[in-house]
Amino acid sequence: MFKCSIDSLDKIFAEISKNATVYLPVDNDDGKAVYTKWENGVKWSNELNTVKSLKDFFFPQVENLMEFKVEGKNIEIKDIRTESEDFVVFGVRACDVRSFDILDRVFLVEPCDSYYANRREHGVIISVACTRPSETCFCNTFGIDATSPNGDITVWKTEDALYWNANTEKGKALLDKLNLDECDDSAVNEQKAKTAEIMKRLPLASLTTENFGGGKTDELFNRPEWKTLSESCLGCGTCTFVCPTCQCYDIKEFNNGNGVIRFRCWDSCMYSDFTKMAHGNNRLSQVERFRQRFMHKLVYYPENNEGIFGCVGCGRCLAKCPISMNIVKVMKTIGGND
Amino acid sequence: MQKISRDILVEKAISMLENGDVCSVLGWRKGEFDYDITPAVFTDKDDIKNNFVWNDFCGANFSKYLVQKTRKAEGKILVFLKPCDTYSFNQLLTEHRFDREKVYAIGIPCEGMVDINKIKEITGDGISSIDCGDKITVNTIYGDKFDIDATNVLSERCINCKSKKHVAYDELIGDEGEVLESNRFDEVTKLEQMTPDERFAFWQNELSKCIRCNACRDICPACTCEKCVFDNPKSGVENKAAANSFEEKMFHIIRAFHVAGRCTDCGECSRVCPQHIPLHLLNRKFIKDIDGFYGEYQAGDEVGSRAPLVNYTTEDIEAADIFEGRDN
Repeated sequence: MFKCSIDSLDKIFAEISKNATVYLPVDNDDGKAVYTKWENGVKWSNELNTVKSLKDFFFPQVENLMEFKVEGKNIEIKDIRTESEDFVVFGVRACDVRSFDILDRVFLVEPCDSYYANRREHGVIISVACTRPSETCFCNTFGIDATSPNGDITVWKTEDALYWNANTEKGKALLDKLNLDECDDSAVNEQKAKTAEIMKRLPLASLTTENFGGGKTDELFNRPEWKTLSESCLGCGTCTFVCPTCQCYDIKEFNNGNGVIRFRCWDSCMYSDFTKMAHGNNRLSQVERFRQRFMHKLVYYPENNEGIFGCVGCGRCLAKCPISMNIVKVMKTIGGND
Repeated sequence: MQKISRDILVEKAISMLENGDVCSVLGWRKGEFDYDITPAVFTDKDDIKNNFVWNDFCGANFSKYLVQKTRKAEGKILVFLKPCDTYSFNQLLTEHRFDREKVYAIGIPCEGMVDINKIKEITGDGISSIDCGDKITVNTIYGDKFDIDATNVLSERCINCKSKKHVAYDELIGDEGEVLESNRFDEVTKLEQMTPDERFAFWQNELSKCIRCNACRDICPACTCEKCVFDNPKSGVENKAAANSFEEKMFHIIRAFHVAGRCTDCGECSRVCPQHIPLHLLNRKFIKDIDGFYGEYQAGDEVGSRAPLVNYTTEDIEAADIFEGRDN
């Protein structure tokens, strides 16, 4: 484990910036944390987490995939990919780090998504341990330890110091370059114990996944509660777009006059044309769309991925849903662990 | 704190259900915390007894829900309406969007709703309880206690409340209020005084935050098209992504034009925006302009009124006068 003073953080960012772009949570004009490129004078936000998750860096909301040029009877297909530059994201919370275990299982299995893989190869994630979780936090439910997040490097922030520990080869290579002082882990252990006590007091600390997981489709699919839960759902895409693990996308084409650009963009299972096919739409009502979102995270995903749930308990949907309906209310109602 | 107690509303709802006057009740359902209230359809009296809420967090406007809910309803639906909700109610009736016969509307006074984001700016994260008494008392899991004046954490739309008067109801509970003199156009005036470049920069900055979740459109009581042009794959403008940085602005500007003259200024768009974009300012600019060009007009004030934009008269302002910046 290594240590530095908080005051030296800018120097460290300057050092990392020599070889890679550094992003960190910074307050915007509205006082909300947004991942922003570091440069001299940019200040690390005190907010618990960013409004949008880290997902955007690896799986952007919109990206162009390829271009078609038509001349006479010839169609030219142009690969318009560019190699990602090296980048480092600092200040990522445990929940958001875990989201990559979920996204990787979608994008990095064969056939591997080369657009996503390219960014994963070039990105280094430096996580930071939580000390003041929110009432909307429930990462614990999914076995995530907010006091000791994963990531290439983990950082613990105390009053005046930062403690650094590398978890991966990539992380170790970066940390070696920073020449920080070695130290023992007593201060970190003290912080972990303190935060663990706070985690127990969180209002959602007792939320469990015990009635969900693979093999539960038949039992849960036709539960009557889906109707009441989705009764006032607006069908907007807020929950899916602030979610660090929602990974559905649409592929579309755009004619710019000189040719056609094929792009992909986030899609939302809440939208009326989600997965609409030539034969029509397979989910005609909002109840079905609503159910899809939660069944995907709590049943279908774990069924196909060794029991891992598709939610990380970051609480963004709890804070942002216009009608305050969310996965916690669904789990308590459908799972019956109220 | 609200003047009408929850118990009065609960009692009323249960008695109307039991008497068979209504078959369901649109109301606010208790959440996981004390502030995350969900609009709900109640059909069971015990459910109402246990889960119906009426407090400073009941911002949701039910008028738009009536469009869908009245179609399926076999009997009448009881709906509780705050003064500002009644303007949306009337506007929807003007547009023949729901069957008035299927609704029993109870007007309830409102002392203004508070904004949880403003509370959290004071208390920080970790709220364990909120009590809406004379003061808003917030306790946190960190052992802190805050007594906050509701007036300091009111939603923007409630600071600039335009009316405490109900313009539609079958029955009123509590005292009727007045149409208020508000400062709701002050922010618009500020924008008008900017140079075009400054104004462009302002909206560029705000609208660049848009994540295109459509929450503003989906909550908007003036947006009740069966199939929005932006959702229709055959429209040619259906888009889940912006082709360039101007397109987000286009979406919001087109929406503002579409609801111009019909927007009652209920403020739901800004309330639900996950990015806190002050979308209501676009609509207020239209309202202010319409007031200036055609004389004061409040959408939803009465059912069946002809909005200036769809009602030609020979006294109407000439386009050239508008261009020259003259009001009628």
